[in-house]
Amino acid sequence: MENSIKKISSFRDFIYLYIDGFKNLTWGKPLWIIILLKLFIMFAILKVFFFPNFLNSRFDTNEEKSEYVSKELTKTHIY
Amino acid sequence: MNQIDMSLIDWSRAQFALTAIVHWLFVPLTLGLGLIVCIMESIYVKTGAEKWLRTTKFWMKLFGINFAIGVATGIILEFEFGTNWSNYSWFVGDIFGAPLAIEGIVAFFLEATFIAVMFFGWDKVSKKFHLASTWLTVGGATLSALWILIANAWMQYPAGMSFNPDTVRSEMTDFWAVALSPVATNKFFHTVISSWTLGAAFVLGVSAWFLLKKRERTFSLDSIKIACIVGFVGVVCSWVTGDGSAHQVAQKQPMKLAAMEGLYEGGTGVDLLAMGVLTPGKQYGDSKDPFIFKIPVPIPNFLSYLANRQFDSYVPGINNLVNGGYDTPQGKALSIEEKIERGKLAIGALADYSRAKKANNEPAKVEAKKILDENFAHFGYGYLKSPADAIPNVPLVFYSFHIMVILGGFFLILFPVVWFYSKKDKISKMKWLQWICILSVPLAYVTSQAGWVVAEVGRQPWAIQDILPVNAAISNINAASVQLTFFVFLILFAVLITAELKIMFKQIKIGPENKDVKNEEKLS
Repeated sequence: MENSIKKISSFRDFIYLYIDGFKNLTWGKPLWIIILLKLFIMFAILKVFFFPNFLNSRFDTNEEKSEYVSKELTKTHIY
Repeated sequence: MNQIDMSLIDWSRAQFALTAIVHWLFVPLTLGLGLIVCIMESIYVKTGAEKWLRTTKFWMKLFGINFAIGVATGIILEFEFGTNWSNYSWFVGDIFGAPLAIEGIVAFFLEATFIAVMFFGWDKVSKKFHLASTWLTVGGATLSALWILIANAWMQYPAGMSFNPDTVRSEMTDFWAVALSPVATNKFFHTVISSWTLGAAFVLGVSAWFLLKKRERTFSLDSIKIACIVGFVGVVCSWVTGDGSAHQVAQKQPMKLAAMEGLYEGGTGVDLLAMGVLTPGKQYGDSKDPFIFKIPVPIPNFLSYLANRQFDSYVPGINNLVNGGYDTPQGKALSIEEKIERGKLAIGALADYSRAKKANNEPAKVEAKKILDENFAHFGYGYLKSPADAIPNVPLVFYSFHIMVILGGFFLILFPVVWFYSKKDKISKMKWLQWICILSVPLAYVTSQAGWVVAEVGRQPWAIQDILPVNAAISNINAASVQLTFFVFLILFAVLITAELKIMFKQIKIGPENKDVKNEEKLS
């Protein structure tokens, strides 16, 4: 059986491995839909609208960030 | 930050815990089932027996479902670091940067490249190349775990770093001290090897279900035999590495060990508890007996041995750790009150250093740096309001630890028993044992999650042990936004887990590919 199937011998064949694989998905199809939906929700919605990087969104330089964190950490009466 | 809302800390911790718990539903099955698939495919390549190809393909399919649903759930933790824990992220940036970058570049690309060959490459690459791809995919997943666990171990034991007051960041001074710290090596082996046990329990449970349904007898017995061997090796090694982890906890995080054992008053020659029931409402400083009842393990003074490798050695309890004054190899132990004072000195020195830097006052800078360096080991204590704040949630840590250990004992017995009864195919007629195997799947998850509860809740109040407590690590953001995203994640994760279970159950019900099943049964 193995001999009747064209084996991968080049980078092009390797790319076709992916293309054929995706074209012939059976049980994997819903999984890829879930993966793509999940990545979209995570990166296009959650990351953008709900999880901005706190320091990057407020300060431009590392000096500003370290000064801010230094101020935060040296205010000792937290409660 | 003067008035950090405790609900912000609690919601941020709850959100992180939720994400980590859900992430850890997927990871151990990837690591454990992955190894079993590798072994099954290796047998197929070595023997050429088609039944092993069929067996490999079935378990590989379940591996793929778990991998696909779980992929990238860990990235959400990084989102949370940047938004909810910005002081922490800045503080540890240089240390976390290296391991996470290596994880991203090496491990991720290894997995992403070879998983395609694993699933799309049957009959398109040689058997040996396919097998190599399977091993490399699982190896890549394990490498991913290695770098994440190194980063986590550093939070438990911040080795190989120095604090730079100019940048307010921890800087790595010794990569190997970080990567090969005894806490990191023990954590890696304990976590990965215990995941093999979980993977084995999963294979055992699903195979037992087929036997219960009187389907796929040969396939199930073959799978059970592999699972029992992997599971038994995994659980024995988990006990050994668990002992190593507990020894490291005793040395580096004695408060966590005291909480794991519910030990308020320490002493020499202390017994290890097999189980016990804590007195509800017991608090540090009250006169209540910590236990309603307790059962020690049959080996006397075993906690002393576990902690210091000497049966008559001293193990401090929670009261001793708070009050200090007992002997340690480094001298008399400091009380938490003294550590809080030293922590405040260090924090004050950091403030003085910043002021001196702005004023270009070099002598004042040098003096402040000297005080900071002398007291930096207790920096985080300066943020504690009272000594009681240094004590983690004792009941949660105690019960999680003992549940993990008891279930570890259960699996130590289960795998050889099932192997024995599967060897002569007696298990096919033993419904009670089949049911135990099925129930062992959720129990394996409980064991694995309980281990992480011990590691993470036991570390509290610290984000980084002794250096940065969670109340200083938090961002100054609105608690309501964290509450909102907590519930968004709750819905997202519920959908993901439902999808995983639905697709997984469907594929399990379908079973292995039916091509040549009858021939296979005859052959076997």
